[in-house]
Amino acid sequence: MATVKDFRNKVKPNWCPGCGDFSIQAAIQRAAANVGLEPHDLALITGIGCSGRISGYINAYGFHGVHGRVLPLAQGVKMANRDLTVIASGGDGDGFAIGMGHTIHSIRRNINMTYIIMDNQIYGLTKGQTSPRSEAGFKTKSTPDGSIEASLNAMETALTAGATFVAQSFSSDLKELTSLIEQGINHDGFSIINVFSPCVTFNKVNTYDWFKENLTKLETVEDYDYTDRKKAMQTLMEHNGLVTGLIYQDDSKPSYQDQIPGYKSTPLSESELKLEKETFERLANEFM
Amino acid sequence: MIDQLSWKVGGQQGEGIESTGEIFSTALNRLGYYLYGYRHFSSRIKGGHTNNKIRVSTKPINAVSDDLDILVAFDQETIDVNYHELRSGGVVIADAKFNPSIPEDGKATLYEVPFTETAKELGTPLMKNMVAVGASSAILGIPADYYQEVVEEIFSKKGQSVVDKNMQALQTGAEQFREQAGDNVDAFLLEEADGKKRMFMIGNDAIGLGAVTAGSRFMAAYPITPASEIMEYLIKTFPDFGGTVIQTEDEIAAANMAIGSNYAGVRALTASAGPGLSLMTEAIGLSGMTETPLVIVDTQRGGPSTGLPTKQEQSDMMAMLYGTHGEIPKIVIAPSTVQEAFYDTITAFNMAEEYQCPVILMSDLALSLGKQTVEPLNFDNVQIRRGKLDQAPDLPVQAPEEYFNRYEYEAEGDGISTRLLPGTENGIYHVTGVEHDETGKPSEKPENRQQQMDKRLKKTQTVPYRFDEPVYRDEPYEKADLLVVGINSTRGTIQEAVSRLREEGHAIHHAHIRLLHPFPVEELEQALERTEKVVVVENNATAQLANIIRLNTGVNAENILKYDGNPFLPGEIYRECKELL
Repeated sequence: MATVKDFRNKVKPNWCPGCGDFSIQAAIQRAAANVGLEPHDLALITGIGCSGRISGYINAYGFHGVHGRVLPLAQGVKMANRDLTVIASGGDGDGFAIGMGHTIHSIRRNINMTYIIMDNQIYGLTKGQTSPRSEAGFKTKSTPDGSIEASLNAMETALTAGATFVAQSFSSDLKELTSLIEQGINHDGFSIINVFSPCVTFNKVNTYDWFKENLTKLETVEDYDYTDRKKAMQTLMEHNGLVTGLIYQDDSKPSYQDQIPGYKSTPLSESELKLEKETFERLANEFM
Repeated sequence: MIDQLSWKVGGQQGEGIESTGEIFSTALNRLGYYLYGYRHFSSRIKGGHTNNKIRVSTKPINAVSDDLDILVAFDQETIDVNYHELRSGGVVIADAKFNPSIPEDGKATLYEVPFTETAKELGTPLMKNMVAVGASSAILGIPADYYQEVVEEIFSKKGQSVVDKNMQALQTGAEQFREQAGDNVDAFLLEEADGKKRMFMIGNDAIGLGAVTAGSRFMAAYPITPASEIMEYLIKTFPDFGGTVIQTEDEIAAANMAIGSNYAGVRALTASAGPGLSLMTEAIGLSGMTETPLVIVDTQRGGPSTGLPTKQEQSDMMAMLYGTHGEIPKIVIAPSTVQEAFYDTITAFNMAEEYQCPVILMSDLALSLGKQTVEPLNFDNVQIRRGKLDQAPDLPVQAPEEYFNRYEYEAEGDGISTRLLPGTENGIYHVTGVEHDETGKPSEKPENRQQQMDKRLKKTQTVPYRFDEPVYRDEPYEKADLLVVGINSTRGTIQEAVSRLREEGHAIHHAHIRLLHPFPVEELEQALERTEKVVVVENNATAQLANIIRLNTGVNAENILKYDGNPFLPGEIYRECKELL
């Protein structure tokens, strides 16, 4: 059985020292080993940005696509081979700006895969511009007088779109993050996990210390029930979205692939391509 | 007795014009007649003039005709808009309900048949189309009971009484026409056809059938005119083969999803028209850069922007050739008949895997939606070729840092590397749209960059030599006065114009471009050497195909362009060619 070491490929990430993304890399590696995957069973599909490079930093099948399109790409992989464990990953710009449409529709579609957003509330790789997750008033290269747009409430949006698994974590909390990724992989449906991953170079507001001061663990919220969607929404609103833990899970809803009429229970990629002659003739006869 | 004629039905969109044409032509097809249809419709659900023009013949035909023998009108607008097409001696059969009138030029005869009134008396005005079909059949001398089979297929779900009523409507329409016309109308009695069963389908049906036959099992697509029928056919058909279609949120998602699916080993496609192709442009680059197979169908319609969504045009050629940033290998295939649309779809899937690159199957509205009789498709010739895909490799145990050389560079090789699917044990490699080394890991090293660029770009060099008939060539003369070049749906129309010119003693050659990219330079040059003059016929305003030909051969051609939204008529090409002779 594979251990966490088998998911390390010795490539040196090009992230800045202290970047939150290192912990997410470690958490994915640990979670993959903990749920019993072999490296070749995992497809890690990523977007563009500092975060998107993670597909090359974990020993697994990795596909680093184009900006904002990680989710369609990842869903295509899962549709072709439902036996693969598919994890999609990208930054907050990838998922909540350019790819926002895909995020909402992936949630609605509920294909069995896990989406990890490495949320640093800024554009890092392009050297410091505002993101949809930046707070109003946030000063960046693209908002020198402070952002006048509202910050997107990511987890509330996910709940509203009908997500069946919503979680949030903080890259410093490796234990909680690893556990949430494991739960996300095991959830039969689309799991969205937003991870606060501080950008030590460009985001001087939302720092490690800032998160430590402002985040509330859901396990400390009295009577919190992650199966209660209303309570989940209320709690997010009360804490301005700054909570960590499993926010909501509905395991009663079948995932997309289990509902498709006639869809193969084994990987579609193992289908016989050539038709029988009689089958072709039956299809051709429909046009006569 | 005549061996061919042209029939058109027209009215307001949404009042059964399409089904009138459908029932009429399906029955004729079953009797062994050859048919060729073109639908004129608008981008709206109800209202607006629509018509369906169908040519019927006892011999194979590949184009609409210049003129019209019979016009069936559900409203006065149909007469006003289409009367000019009628040939001298033609006939208008119109619903008596709207008190139809025709110009007093003596060109045609008007017969008023109470389509609506008769249908109402039999139970519902909806059956007025059956009354019209009955009247149309009477003029051709086709007994109404020949429709029994078709009517049963359409209405048996609704019960025997509905079948009977529709048949009654059809018979009554025939009787009413005969009562009015008496024995005077015998000019349109059709010769008997050979009774052979042949397929009757639109180009989009052939593409859908081609996809299933090629082993495709997944499609991701966004609805658009005139491509949606491909998706609708596969939604209906894929479940029998374990596959499915996802209607995505947009064409960007569709193309990326198809790439993901191809990467993981399923032959996946997407289909769209110009606006969708524009949105897919970045994904096409990703497919090219990552060497992931991808099949995109572009059913061209009127552009630019939303353009003429329901009209014929061939103006996406430059977008297909150049529509992604940077430089990638790409294949663009252009079927020119419904049969070719079937075979070319299979070729597109084979070449996408063999060359590990995007393949665009280029169609146009007239080919995609024109319904025509199709000679039997040959299944025995169907091959599935997956190139250097290795699904059961014998690989040494892989240490975590040793990635598989998915993008192996060989200076003397064909540029195409062994492809493994995710899930393969000991085969891990990386894929990225960033420039990468042989294992797929990002690399900006100049030497590697040049090697990987050369590797990718040389892959498709062999395509023109491996593509079956990259240029269709009809060259019966030693040297022609004129070579007429076309692409996609103009094939039959050009053929007809050319044969008229030949009958007049002109030496005319015809070449149809079947592989647009990589361009079959040598093949076309052979054709160019055997002619005095060249003219390129295309449905766009800027002579895109002629420009592509000049770019590849240095030859300046004359142009016949049409971009008013309608397909060429044979007579238009004939006249313009004649001016060049």
